[in-house]
Amino acid sequence: MKQRQGLAAVGFLAPNLAGFALFTLGPVLVAAGLSFYKYQLASGVSPEFTGLENFTRLIGFHHTPETGLEANDPYFWQYLGNTMFLMLNIPLSMIGALILAVQLNKPLKGRIAFRTLFFIPHLCSGVAIFMVWKMLLTYEPNVGIINGFLWNLYSLLGIPPERAIELLPGWLIDRNWAKPAIIIMFVWGAVGGFNMILYLAGLQNIPLELYEAAEMDGAGWWPVLRNITIPMLAPTTFFIFVTSVIGGLQGGFEAAYVMTQGGPEGSTTPVSYYIFTTAYERLDIGYAAAISMVLFALIFSVTLINWRFGGKKLEAS
Amino acid sequence: MSVVAQPQVGRDIEERPPDDEGHASSHSRDQPTVWTYIVLLFVLSGMVIPLLWTLLTSFKYNVDVTLGWIPPRWTLKNYVGVIDAFSFARYYVNTLFIACTVTMIQVVTSVMAAYAFARLQFRGRDLLFLGYLATMMIPADVLLIPQFVLMKKIPEVLNFILGTDFFSGYLYFGEGYIGHPVGLDSFFALIAPGCFSAYGTFMLRQFLLGISHEIEEAAYIDGCGPVGVFRYVILPLAKPALAALAIFTFLGRWRAFLWPLIMTDSDSMMVLSVGLQKLSDLYTNDYGLICAGSVLMLVPMILVFVLCQRWFISGIQLGSVKG
Repeated sequence: MKQRQGLAAVGFLAPNLAGFALFTLGPVLVAAGLSFYKYQLASGVSPEFTGLENFTRLIGFHHTPETGLEANDPYFWQYLGNTMFLMLNIPLSMIGALILAVQLNKPLKGRIAFRTLFFIPHLCSGVAIFMVWKMLLTYEPNVGIINGFLWNLYSLLGIPPERAIELLPGWLIDRNWAKPAIIIMFVWGAVGGFNMILYLAGLQNIPLELYEAAEMDGAGWWPVLRNITIPMLAPTTFFIFVTSVIGGLQGGFEAAYVMTQGGPEGSTTPVSYYIFTTAYERLDIGYAAAISMVLFALIFSVTLINWRFGGKKLEAS
Repeated sequence: MSVVAQPQVGRDIEERPPDDEGHASSHSRDQPTVWTYIVLLFVLSGMVIPLLWTLLTSFKYNVDVTLGWIPPRWTLKNYVGVIDAFSFARYYVNTLFIACTVTMIQVVTSVMAAYAFARLQFRGRDLLFLGYLATMMIPADVLLIPQFVLMKKIPEVLNFILGTDFFSGYLYFGEGYIGHPVGLDSFFALIAPGCFSAYGTFMLRQFLLGISHEIEEAAYIDGCGPVGVFRYVILPLAKPALAALAIFTFLGRWRAFLWPLIMTDSDSMMVLSVGLQKLSDLYTNDYGLICAGSVLMLVPMILVFVLCQRWFISGIQLGSVKG
């Protein structure tokens, strides 16, 4: 029977492994190889092996007499910084998701309706809704409803119109407001999504005896949250955090492409968008492959941290 | 059938409210207060407002966009405009065709591989599976570049090997252009890379591991081979997990943007997300039109989600369990 199972296993695995070899394993090896070549797809010139040149151009530094040490590709560092900054949405939406999950874990009227409606923004997150947000975040308060709301708020507070117009954020057209604008949108999309569902499942696994004991001791809601709920949810939190960071490092492309083209002044360009423009607009395939390999290395190190510290905790849950 | 320990997929956690054993409701911490409802309704309004605004604006004339929320004059002109001005019907058909095809093939390849990994004994199984899992952390950006080059070169290479010029030619279905056979601007490029998923395999393997061995052994004793067990024992039991994966895959393909963006040139090969983006580029200030396009893209997703929620929610939990 063992023999037959081995043969059968080959048959069952064959389609998946073939596709996997063609569309995952092969491409990864090719990407790793390409990152050592200068390869301009449009030029018709064959790829030329340049060793580590792409990588020194990307993450290396050079010395200039005027300014001292300077990055060879300052854009890359700016965009990596943008990517990290935009990941601020992760802690914000995790806190929001936890609050919502704790509320929804109570015997409410219409829990399923709430949960369904909370999930819909996450579901819609994508090109269609990013276009909508681009309109919502329009500067002119008679068009963009967010500034429209602020405008009404200012007039309620008695701020004169000429001052109020200065106080309205420029959102997507102002380099200081563009990142917060995108973070707000990401939080909107993430807060009731996967994270909340996972927190809800986690909450249902906490033994009720713990809460009963706390209640007998007369503990208030904050000590209960701090000493029971949050520690018991730690594995879930860790899982959500790690997967969000991995997603965040490679994310942000669609929002940048649809809403800002990475601007103003590159302030909303994430690394993924840089890879896109390098590969498909400048057709600088070798360099784009090098950027993607550096991104891969970053994600790989996050995953290693996950395996090192997260594996045991999660299996215990 | 008590030997079958059916894993809990498709049974929504919300079917068991915490007070159904009676004791949870005796706790003051579990009781919602007025503040609970206030917080939830506040958050809910923040979430619903953008969607509601989109829906209302899609029924407005463009000159009325700045005049409050409720359209002073209701109109369907934006919907007509979207469908007329663009090959929107074509985008719909393309997207639906791609999403359904990818979903069917991916579910089949994933459940087959998951069965081998979860239920069959063979040498090197665990090592192979570990390698498989490891590839789940490869960022899509890494794969896109070589896949793009592959798709760009594949027609030339196939033409050269087989000595034809078929692969750079054009295909027609009746009168309609349906792209190249392979390479850029082909259904092959839009469908094939999505058909094989390490995530789907992983998620289904998790589920199949939970199925009791006894019924499987009974089938072996009755003379079934591995194929028979797969067909008559595993597949029927795995239906809820297959449904969950199918919904994930379908929704993922419906909204996919980057890959179709770099794979398509011609208007008749575009999918909804790419077509919609093109529309919003051309008609930046026609808010009603853009909102109508968004509504047309979002409504099917919301419908699928609302109708298939129970599988969807339990599928999320299945995919997050550490293997």
